[in-house]
Parts: sequence; structure tokens; C-alpha cells
Amino acid sequence: MLHPIDSQQAGNTEDVQQSLDIEPAEEDLSNESAMTDKQQSHSLNFSGLRDNKLSQTEEVREALRVEKLNLFYANDQALKDISMSIPEKQVTAFIGPSGCGKSTLLRCFNRMNDLIDTVRIEGSITMHGKNIYDKSVNVADLRRNIGMVFQRPNPFPKSIYENVAYGLRLQGIKSRRTLDEVVERSLRAAALWDEVKDRLNESAMGLSGGQQQRLVIARAVAIEPEVLLLDEPASALDPISTLKIEELIFQLKSDYTIVIVTHNMQQAARVSDQTAFMYMGDLIEFGNTRDIFTNPKKKQTEDYITGRYG
Amino acid sequence: MIKSTKNWFENGTPWVWLNAGAVSICLIMVLGLLALIAVRGLGQFWPGNLLEATYTETDGSQIRIIGEVIESQQTPREQLVKLGYRIPGDSELVERQLLKIGNRDHYGLDFRWVIVPSLSDLQHPSELIAMERHEWGNFYGRILALREGDKTVVEGEASWHELEQRLTRKHQIEEQIKEIEKHEIGSINYAMERLRLKRRGLELEGVTGPEAFAEIERQRDQFNAEYELLNAKLAGLYQQINRDSVLTRTAEGTEVIIPLAKIVRVYRPNQMGVLHKSAHYISKLGEFIFDDPREANTEGGIFPAIFGTVLMVLLMTVFVTPFGVVAAVYLREYAKQGPMIRIIRIAVNNLAGVPSVVYGVFGLGFFVYFLGSNIDQLFYPAALPAPTFGTPGLLWSSLTLAILTVPVVIVATEEGLARIPSAIREGSLALGATRAETLWRTVLPMATPAMMTGLILAVARAAGEVAPLMMVGVVKLAPSLGIDANFPFLHLDRKFMHLGFHIYDVGFQSPNVEAARPLVYATALLLVVIIVALNITAIRIRNQLREKYNATSH
Repeated sequence: MLHPIDSQQAGNTEDVQQSLDIEPAEEDLSNESAMTDKQQSHSLNFSGLRDNKLSQTEEVREALRVEKLNLFYANDQALKDISMSIPEKQVTAFIGPSGCGKSTLLRCFNRMNDLIDTVRIEGSITMHGKNIYDKSVNVADLRRNIGMVFQRPNPFPKSIYENVAYGLRLQGIKSRRTLDEVVERSLRAAALWDEVKDRLNESAMGLSGGQQQRLVIARAVAIEPEVLLLDEPASALDPISTLKIEELIFQLKSDYTIVIVTHNMQQAARVSDQTAFMYMGDLIEFGNTRDIFTNPKKKQTEDYITGRYG
Repeated sequence: MIKSTKNWFENGTPWVWLNAGAVSICLIMVLGLLALIAVRGLGQFWPGNLLEATYTETDGSQIRIIGEVIESQQTPREQLVKLGYRIPGDSELVERQLLKIGNRDHYGLDFRWVIVPSLSDLQHPSELIAMERHEWGNFYGRILALREGDKTVVEGEASWHELEQRLTRKHQIEEQIKEIEKHEIGSINYAMERLRLKRRGLELEGVTGPEAFAEIERQRDQFNAEYELLNAKLAGLYQQINRDSVLTRTAEGTEVIIPLAKIVRVYRPNQMGVLHKSAHYISKLGEFIFDDPREANTEGGIFPAIFGTVLMVLLMTVFVTPFGVVAAVYLREYAKQGPMIRIIRIAVNNLAGVPSVVYGVFGLGFFVYFLGSNIDQLFYPAALPAPTFGTPGLLWSSLTLAILTVPVVIVATEEGLARIPSAIREGSLALGATRAETLWRTVLPMATPAMMTGLILAVARAAGEVAPLMMVGVVKLAPSLGIDANFPFLHLDRKFMHLGFHIYDVGFQSPNVEAARPLVYATALLLVVIIVALNITAIRIRNQLREKYNATSH
């Protein structure tokens, strides 16, 4: 159940610190796992995973810009005036309670919402200076450029090899050598190669859930998109598989801009560089992950992060 | 006691019994039906023993008869007395037997009921022969002598062996005659007919002058010469086949000369052991399945009907599959779901409930009279006024049945498409596939098992339909099969025979009820077997596809 929110005011920093029960903000930030470990009292230790400092200090370029995006399902407004900028080659996480519009927003990036007849979209999403909702945009090309991985693994009922090669075959690539190369490279990139290299021609349906999800990531990576959208990619998986997916996200971000939707705040804290908190179709707060989790500016964000609702 | 009964009701046991009972009854009925038609249908091929007896007729006169017992029943004496029978003895129930006495050319009927107590001097002489003929049904009697032309060659017991040998020779000649008549002369006739149409076509185009037709004339002369040659050969063969005849005697002592050319097979059932009879049985069964019918369909085989049924059903699947699948894909994948689509869907479902004879009327009116006659005018003007497609035929039959079964395919395919998780579609689209690519590469292959299910249902329905076919292409006796060696090999304009219609025809239109009855059962059994075989093939294909595209198991 969601509690009614009494204020739109910025949260009080002291409150945040008390409620989070963490060290003061000036605490050594290089000990980056401190916060996350506190957050997940039952946690696994992922400290080795995070090394965000480099990317944060570099000049950050913009991959996608969202401007005044409004989305309606028939008469219900699901996204309200969203404006944000997704940085290139970083992981951006969308968090928020169920039904807040984070998945809807994610699906705007590759125009998956077009499939629903009743959806109406206003505003723009710009990629390389061009609005992806422009009439001249070829949706198939756009989706080739912005890959997506869904909540539940959805491999095709074909062989492992054919699953990965699917996108390439769509592009008309028939050369066996090219296909072989890309399949191997993609499966390696998805950390699945060693597990499946001897049974590439077996059905993908025989893989475990975690393997299937990595296969789906390999399938998305095979066509070398610029952006990878992950819609709660680990929510249907067990902890070990989740860990593998998170490791994978960490590796992939050097090559791809990644946008991830997650229910799991610890996961957002572990894997992302930027975090956006959404509530009821509004983008409440968007910023550096560390700031969001340690020093949220809005009370709603703070309440959510500290588990008061959601 | 009451408590335990209450308990029994409460824990649901009666339901289990009820359900199990219903299933058992269904099973018993199906098996019973199959057993009934199998026993009735397959029994007739067994060569029964022949009896010879003296029979006292109602008027007191006595005749000698030879026959095979087909059926026996107990009848109350009074009933028979009322009918005018005089029955020796005083038992309440009297046994009646249906005898196949053959010799239709002699008696007019080849079956008769006899009262067993009126039979006397009952024997089973081993020298009695049963002879299947091309005309007039079976002959029962004794063999006296073998003749060549007007000369008697062999007499007495030895003539039997001579007869067997000469029959083999006759069969060989018969094969040659059949080969020439059916295939060689058939091909020439077909080619000459095409030449005639070509000439007529040229005439219609306004071509005149002998030089225009010179080539056609030359070819026709050539075919005529070939025909004359074959005809001469044929005449020689006929002379050979008519050389021998056999002198026989019926039960009453009439002597009959039967040409060997008219004989299909001869056997002496009273001398045959079980093994010999089994061999005979198998050969009769083979004849039934692989030969052409004789004697108004009451004798011989039903191969043309089997062939016609299977060919028509296969053609129907060729028409119905793409049609139904495309319609289902549009309804499920492309059309905007709304009241209009719902109405269309209801209409499609209701089409499945329209009586099949209505489709026959539609097929006759639309396909045959409208489409067919227009096709004739456009493409076959040379053959007019004789219709080519403007008459019932194979094409129109399979199209009519395709329309009859298309709702089944649409519904099944739609179900299959609806069952494919949307995640699969989204996964494909997210990789940059267009809707059409997603459909072709992922969705349709996954829906093939459902399409096969639809097809199985369609085949089962189509193979059993008779009523619409009677209007759009089925005939009692088709002179040639739908596929032969003459170009274009598949003759869609021809009429064909069909097992379902054959059952109807033999059962209701046959002049010889008793002879036809077992054939009805045998044909019905064969029809069931063919439908089952078609279905099993389809089910096996479906199961393989299902294994290949199983998206639901993890």
C-alpha cells in the first residue's frame, strides 16, 4: 500500500541521515559499498563490483534526452512532463513503486508503446539530436539501435545459436563465418559462452532461467545497439543468477548506455551511476546514484528509499 | 449406513463414477461400432463351403440347389405358416437360412431364403465349383469339360487342372488388353481430343486454309495409324482370350458354356483347407482395395473411390490451409480488435454450423455454374458446348469442402496465435524486426501445431462429407482417375469417385441388395481406416512440430 504523500517539499537532510542510520555525508565516499551494505542488512557483498569513479570524473556525453514527455493510456495519464538526460556509457536506473510509470518510460525509448493502440505520446525523446518520435524515423531501425531485455526471459523456441543470430539474420547477414563470430562474441559478452559452447544447436528452452536471461542479453548485444534497455532483468531470477546479471551489467556499461528499471533498490544502488526516482507518473528526483541514496533532496525519495512506502 | 452413503456422496466418489462411466460408454460405443462394421464387412471375403441339397418348395415341387449359407435365423413357426410355407416337424422356432445360390443369369436372383426343415439330402460334394464372373455374379455348379473353340479338349476331373492353367494364360492376356485399352489407347484418345480442340481453337480464331491445319492433320493421321496398329493387336488378343470356354452343369442339371474370358476366378471351397482359404481371403481383400469395381459397384474393388477420396482431401488441404491461416493471421495479428472483428468472428464460427448440403448448393451455383462456365468461355472456348470446368469436378469439390472446413482452420489457428506469449513478439520486435518479419520468423512457426490441429479436424470433417459432393463432382463410376500419365497429369476437371458416396450408392442405389450389404460395411470400414490414417499422419507431423517449437516448457 502506498501512503499518501503529504508534501512536495525537499526532504530534510538530517531526517535522511537519521532514517538511513548512516554515517554523515562527509564520510569517505571512496568506501563506496558502505552505503549499500547498510541498506541491505542481509546483503551479499558486492563491493568488488563497483568502480564508478572513473566514469563520473570523465566528461559525460548525453545519449538520450527526454523533454516534456507526457503519455496517456486512453484518458489516463501515465507519464507527466518527464524531462531528463540519460548519460552515455553509464548505467541509469529507474526506481519507484509499482505502477509509477518507470517501465512505461523505458518502453518509450524504443517505442514499444506503439504496439498498444490506445497510447498517445506528447513531448520528445532526442537521440543524436533527432526526435525518435519523428514521422521520418524507421521504428525497426530505432529498435535495432536501442536494444531491450524484458522482465521474464523470452528466448525464441529455436536453438541457442539461432536465438543470438536472429537479429543478424533480420539484417540479411547470411555468411556463416560472420554469424559464428558474432554469436561467439555476443555469448562471451553475456558471460554465457563457456556454459553453452558445446550445445549451441540445442533448444534455448532447455536453459535455466538465469541462462535464458543472459542469452536474451547476448541476443540484444549481437546487433550492437548503442543503448540497452533492461526492464527488471533480474526480477524473475534467483539470487545467484541475479548476481551474474549484475556483474554482466557492470561489464557491459563500458560499451553500451544502459537504462535499467528495477524494483530492487539495492540493485539500483549496486549497479547504477544515475538513478531516477519516479512516483505516480512524475519524475520526482534524478541524479547521481550516491546522492539519491545518501542525500535525497525530496522527501518522497527519502521515504521510498527508507522503506516508508512502496 | 446412511452416514456412509452421505460420506460417499460428500467426498465426490459418485462424480468419479459418473465420469468414468460416461467415458466407458463412449469407448464401448466406438469399439462396438468398429467391431460391427469390421465383422460384417470383412466376413464376406471368406470363401464359405457350398452345400447341395434338395429343397421342397411351398407348392410341393422339389428342386436341387447349390449355395453358400450367408445368414441363419430362428423364426416363429406361425409367422412362416402365415406366409404360406408348409413346414415339416412341429418345433416352435424354425431355422431359416439365406443362401447365396448364384447363377443370376439363370434364377434372376442370386440370393434366397430357405426353410431348413424343407432341405433334404444335404451334401457338401468336394467337386462343386464357385466361379466369379465379370457378369451375372457367381456361378455355382460342377465342371464337365474344357473346350477350345468347338472342340472338347479335356473331360472329367482333369479338366479342373487344365482350367486353372488356362485361366492363368487368360489373366496374362487380360493384363495386356487392359494395358493397351486403358493406357495406350487412352493416351491416343486424349492426344487426339487435344488436337481436335486445337483445331477448333484455330477455327474460332478465324484461321482458314488447309495449310494452317496441315500439321494438325499430319499428327492426327499419325495417331490414327498408331491407333489402327493397337486395334489390330487388340483384336488378336481378343481372339486369343476367347479361344477357351468351359462346360458346366448347374444344380438342376442345365448345361452351361462359360467363356474363360468372362471368368475372374474359380475355386472349389469344399476342398480348401484353412490355409488355402486364408490365401483366397487375402487375395479377395487385395482385389477389394486395389481393383476397379464391377457389376454396378457390387463386385470387385473400390480403388478409384479410395484414390478419389484421398486426392480430394489432399487438394482440399492445399486450398484450405493458406486461406484459413491468412484469415486467422489477419483477424488476430493485424485487425484492430473491435465490434466489427467480433462480428466477423461470430460469423466464421457460425459458418461451421451450416448444414453441409448448403455448401453443396453454393458450390454448384457459384463454382460450377458461375466460375466454371466463365472459365470455359475464357480459356476453353474450343471445347464448347461441352463444358470443361463448367461441370462438377475434382477442383470444385475440393474448393467447396475447403470453404466448408475453413472455419475450423481459422478458429484453431487463431487459438494457436493467441496462445503465443506476447513476450515472444516483443522480443522479436525489440531486435528490430518488423511486424511481418516477426510473424514469418517467429509467430507462424510457433503456431504451426495449432494449424495442424485445425487441419486434422478439417480433414476428418471433409473426408466424411457426401451430401455437398453429390452436387459438385462425385459420380457413381468415374472412367478415369484424377491423376494419370497424360499431361498435365493432375486433371482437376474430372469427376471422381468417393468412398462416402460409394457407401451411399451401394447401400441405396444397388439393384442387388443382399450382395451390396457387406460391401457397405467393408467400404465404411475402409473409409474409417483412411480417415484414421490421414489423421495419424497429421498428428505425427504436429507432434514433431510441437516438440520443435515448444515455447511453454522451461
